[in-house]
Amino acid sequence: MELRVPILIPVSKPRKGASGNTGLWRVERPVLDEGKCIKCWICWLYCPEEVISEGQNGFPVIDLSYCKGCGVCADVCPAKAVEMVRE
Amino acid sequence: MVEGDWDIITGNHAAALAAKLARVNVVAAYPITPQTTVVEYLASFIESGYMSAEYIRVESEHSAMAAAIGAAAAGARTFTATSSQGLLYMAEVLHWAAGSRTPVGMAVINRSVGPPWNIHVDHQDSMSQRDTGWLQMYVSSNQEVLDTIIMMYKVSEHPDVMLPFMVCLDAFVLSHTFMPVKIPKQEEVDEFLPPYRPRHWALDPSDPMSFGNLTFPDDEYQEMRWSIDLSMRRALDIMEDVAEEFSEKFGRYHGGAIMKYGMSDADYVILTSATLASEAEVAVDIMRDEGIRIGLLKLRSFRPFPHRDLRENLQGKKGVIVVDRSISFSSGGPIGTEVRSSLYDITGSPPVINYITGLGGRDITYKDIIAMSKDAIGRISTGRLRRPYYWYKLKPEYQRVELTEEVMS
Repeated sequence: MELRVPILIPVSKPRKGASGNTGLWRVERPVLDEGKCIKCWICWLYCPEEVISEGQNGFPVIDLSYCKGCGVCADVCPAKAVEMVRE
Repeated sequence: MVEGDWDIITGNHAAALAAKLARVNVVAAYPITPQTTVVEYLASFIESGYMSAEYIRVESEHSAMAAAIGAAAAGARTFTATSSQGLLYMAEVLHWAAGSRTPVGMAVINRSVGPPWNIHVDHQDSMSQRDTGWLQMYVSSNQEVLDTIIMMYKVSEHPDVMLPFMVCLDAFVLSHTFMPVKIPKQEEVDEFLPPYRPRHWALDPSDPMSFGNLTFPDDEYQEMRWSIDLSMRRALDIMEDVAEEFSEKFGRYHGGAIMKYGMSDADYVILTSATLASEAEVAVDIMRDEGIRIGLLKLRSFRPFPHRDLRENLQGKKGVIVVDRSISFSSGGPIGTEVRSSLYDITGSPPVINYITGLGGRDITYKDIIAMSKDAIGRISTGRLRRPYYWYKLKPEYQRVELTEEVMS
C-alpha cells in the first residue's frame, strides 16, 4: 500500500488583507481642511504609505485603512491644511 | 582521473567528485580543516570547466548554509561541506533547512569540537546536530563516500522525504587518506539520478510567495513537525530501495540503513558506525577464528534511526556491544542510548554494553574492538553490568579513577 506523506510547509501568497491593514496602528488621524488646501500635492509626494490620492472633488483624499498616522503630511503641508487629531 | 575507471583518491576528493557527478547546480563554500580540500577540489573542477555550477564564496558557515537553502528553495541542487565548529556555527540554519523542506546536500567531515583545539576524528559535531531534522549517514570508506552522496540526493529529493542530508566521514581517517575508488560514468549517474524538481514550493518571481510565516499554537506547527518525523521514518524504506537500485546499476552495495556482517549465527553483536565498523569487521574475523560467535551490525543511518532493523536483528542475542565515538556527558553514547531505548520493550532484549572511546582522534584499531568485545562478554557472563556506559582507552592513571568510580557507584 503506497501512502503519500503530506509534506506540510508554511507558505503564503501576498494579497490585500487584514495583515496589511496598517490603519489599526494609528494614534493620531490626519484631517484635511479643504478650505485651506491649495492642491499643491506635496502631501501626496511625501506620504510614506502612498495612501493619498485625488478625490472626486479634486482635493486629496487620505485612505485611512492604511494610513499609519505618522503626521508627515501635516508637517510638509505649506498651507497648514492638515491637522493631526487624536483617535 | 577517468570517469568509469578506478583511481586512488582521498575521501574529500570522492565527496567533491560525488557532487560533480550528481550535477550539483550551486556550491556554497567556506573552508575549515579537515573539510577545506572538498571546496578546493570543487573550485578547481568549476574553474577548469570540468563541472558546471555556481560557486558561492561566503564569509561564514552560517552564510554557507543560508546560501545553500536559498539556492535549493529556488530549485537548484545544492552542496556544501563543513566540519566541527563550522557545523556548530550552522546550527540555527540547519533547523531552517529541514523546516523549509529543502533537500540540501552536505558532506560533514567529523572532527572533534574544541576547546581544546583538535582537528582529528570524533562524532561530537554531527551528533550534537542530530535533532535538526537532517538525515545523517555515517560511512566507512572513500568508495562509500562517493556512492552515498549520490544515493542520498535521490533519497532526500524523493517527494515523500524532502529533507536535507549529511554524509558524515571521519576526519583524516577518510578525508585525507588515499584509497582505490571506482568512479562511475557521468551518463550512468544521470540515468540513476534525475534532475531536481521542487514539488512542494519554490521561489519564483512570476508567482511570489513568502515562506516561514508566523504560526500560532492552533495552527499546523505541530503537524509540520510530525510531517518531518513521518518523512524521516519513510526515508528508511526509500533508502533501502535506492541502495538496491544503485547496486543493480553500479554493482556496489553498502547497505541501506544498516549493514550486516557475520550476523547469521552470532550470539554477540558489535554495533558501531563509520570507520570503526571497518575495524570491527577485522575484529569479527579474528574472534570467529578463536571460536567466539560474534557479528557486526554497522549503523549507516543514524537519522532516520532504524528501530525496526535493530529490533529484528538484535532480538534474542546474548549481548550488544555498542562503540560510540562521542559522548552525551553523564548520559552515555548517543548511539548506545538509542539502541537501548529501541530494544527496551521487546521480549528477549539483549543487554547493551556501551563504550565511549576514540574521542579526539584517539586511534582505535581492531585490537581495541576485540578488547572491548571480550570485556563486554566477560561483564555479561559475570553480571557486572554496573553502569549504562563505560569509558575505554583512557590513559592508565585516569582509567584507574574511572574503575574506582565504577566499583563505588
